[in-house]
Amino acid sequence: MTYLYIGIGGMIGALLRFLISQVVVQIWDSPFPLATFIVNIVGAFFLGLLTAISHRLKEKLRLAVGTGAIGSFTTLSALSGETMLLIDHALYISAVFYMVASALGGLLAAFGGYNLGNKRNEGNAVQ
Amino acid sequence: MMIQLVSIALGGFCGAIIRYMATSFIQNKFNSQFPIGTLSVNLLGSFLLGALLSLDVSKNIYVLLGIGFLGSFTTFSTFVVEVMQQWLTRNKLIAAIYLAVTYIGGLLCAVLGYML
Repeated sequence: MTYLYIGIGGMIGALLRFLISQVVVQIWDSPFPLATFIVNIVGAFFLGLLTAISHRLKEKLRLAVGTGAIGSFTTLSALSGETMLLIDHALYISAVFYMVASALGGLLAAFGGYNLGNKRNEGNAVQ
Repeated sequence: MMIQLVSIALGGFCGAIIRYMATSFIQNKFNSQFPIGTLSVNLLGSFLLGALLSLDVSKNIYVLLGIGFLGSFTTFSTFVVEVMQQWLTRNKLIAAIYLAVTYIGGLLCAVLGYML
């Protein structure tokens, strides 16, 4: 049954990622892969948050949302593939910027979500 | 659009389950504190996406396998949170190595898959 929860989460995460990319394509006219960048940063924030509060969640919910939905919402293969294509098109500065911004932005977002979750934990402990 | 949504849903469903199975299996096999499971799926997924990009497949096949399946098989959020956890609980050097190996390895694997 665990597999089913993760699969359904993965389905939702992948669909959201795809829909966001369809919207971004309409308004963003540049080779910089903004859609993947956005989903990865947003996903890192929410997984950081979930990690901080995970002890309060049921295992099934944690796996469905964390491993399934958020795990599939974000992607590393597209990051690698898009960086390669930027290099292939001689857009070296964009490629380096994409990698550095994803790494720093992702880490800041994960820490931000984690700290927010921990604050909520403390708030609940006081009550 | 409808067929694309179904492809994404199917690819995402399978990608997430297979990622969970593969990371659990590899992590147990190595029995290490280092997140070798996530690293393995991310490198393999990057390699396969590189190969898929070089094959010039139809749009629908790319949506199913590239965006749906491999997009969900690999994960950025778990990777970043694991870097954070290594940083907070273990060794900052290991966190930095994990970050560098995933990034540089992912790019190299994509290029390798693209060239083969």
